[in-house]
Amino acid sequence: MTARLFGIGWVFHLKSLTHSLFFVLVSVLQPVIFASIAFFMFESGSQTGTLLYLALGAGLMGIWSATLFGSGGAIQWQRWQGTLELMVGAPPPLLALLLPLTVATATIGIYSVAGTLLWGRLFFGMALDFEHPLTLAVALPATILSLGMLGLLLASTFVLYRNANAFSNLLEYPVWLATGLIVPLSLLPGWVTPISWILSPTWGMRAIRDAAFGGNAWPEIGMCIALGLVYLGLGALALRNFERLARTRATLSLT
Amino acid sequence: MSVSARIFFVGGAISYRALFNWIQPGMYVATMLGSPLFQILFFTYVGRYAGSQDDAFFIVGNAIQVAAMAGIFGMTMGIANERQYGTLQPLLATPANRLAIFAGRALPFVVNGIAVSVFGFVASWLLLDFRPADGSVPALAVAILVTTCSCVALGMLIGSIGLRARDVFFGANLVYFLMLLVCGVNIANDDLPGWLGAIGRCLPLTHGIEAAREIASGAPLGDVSGLLATEALIGLAYATAAYVLFRVFEAEGRRRASLETY
Repeated sequence: MTARLFGIGWVFHLKSLTHSLFFVLVSVLQPVIFASIAFFMFESGSQTGTLLYLALGAGLMGIWSATLFGSGGAIQWQRWQGTLELMVGAPPPLLALLLPLTVATATIGIYSVAGTLLWGRLFFGMALDFEHPLTLAVALPATILSLGMLGLLLASTFVLYRNANAFSNLLEYPVWLATGLIVPLSLLPGWVTPISWILSPTWGMRAIRDAAFGGNAWPEIGMCIALGLVYLGLGALALRNFERLARTRATLSLT
Repeated sequence: MSVSARIFFVGGAISYRALFNWIQPGMYVATMLGSPLFQILFFTYVGRYAGSQDDAFFIVGNAIQVAAMAGIFGMTMGIANERQYGTLQPLLATPANRLAIFAGRALPFVVNGIAVSVFGFVASWLLLDFRPADGSVPALAVAILVTTCSCVALGMLIGSIGLRARDVFFGANLVYFLMLLVCGVNIANDDLPGWLGAIGRCLPLTHGIEAAREIASGAPLGDVSGLLATEALIGLAYATAAYVLFRVFEAEGRRRASLETY
């Protein structure tokens, strides 16, 4: 029953998000633009980074942006659309209804990876040679799932703040930096590294690069899954707290 | 104060307070100060890793470009939100001078854009050890002013299109990100493919950023006056196009009774 609910909800939200011009921008156009910027910067510089390295990094930047903007405002959007009361009043737990949405926002990020790989292939003749394609086929969904669960945590905590959109705007660049999507963590101040450990895009990016360029991606995939479960637990707790407060204070539909 | 001047100043200020969604303190700090700061840090670190230019190149480029956030998004909201919030019809029913209504909206966003850009430079001075050439600050301020005005003019144009288009914020976002690519913010215009560079030279920012970089490295204002004049002319062209579109869409909206239809 729960699996069916998750599957139907995920497909529904995926279709719904695909029809949003904003998410097309965030998940397809923006990563391609950033991949182009990085490519031209590297081309005119001394760093010998490969195009595939940049394309994968920009793709993951898109997954993070889609998760951040999609999940960060998920509850608020349901509230504005007048569907939040229906979700809370429905027999299944709110978690079972919200999780498909947050995972769908991360899944939209697949468009980012596909978009940046296609961009590299079509415009720059980039070779799509992956060392471990099967591992990549596991690493990518594992990364997306863990980001979806991080999205649940964002959704259930951002809702406590009226200016959740501002948090979303604020957190885009720092996480791109702190998770080493383009710039290696060794170039950043030392205090950033421990922060990167608790962010699943760090491990997802490492897993995807190991799978693409050669290396053992499985420990990183394991870290993605473990962090995803931690996010799920924390998100469930925060969501229960939000639901309890909203029922007690009768503030569910108030923005 | 004449009626038109009052509409220009008071109407512009009221419009800014009413229509600019990011004016609440929390929202303003996170969006207009936090996000630009991290944009500067991000591209400076990418630049360090790529080894293409020195820090000052990215700091000046991005600290000027963040003024476009206020200019483009703010100005788009300042015009297009009239339609979205249902206040366009009453506004256009008044006999007020249209140029005063239109131009008055730009002033707060110019001030805002300058504030954001100055914040970007100060933050870079504190965090990235950015040091412009001695005595260059007044000339740098002129470059910021001119470039912010031209960005606001582009925002006016997008806002005017928003009087007709269904989803103008998609266009505003797309333009903002494309400017990062084609306007010499992070890549020197000469390093871009010819056609991308040509697009960049027709947009606000490109010449202003080039001028600001030269000023920051010690060039006197006179040496970059040509670049700043070009930037100002580009801004003027966009502002004129925006005003013409505004009047055309107003006339069309009246004729078809479609001012607030989507």
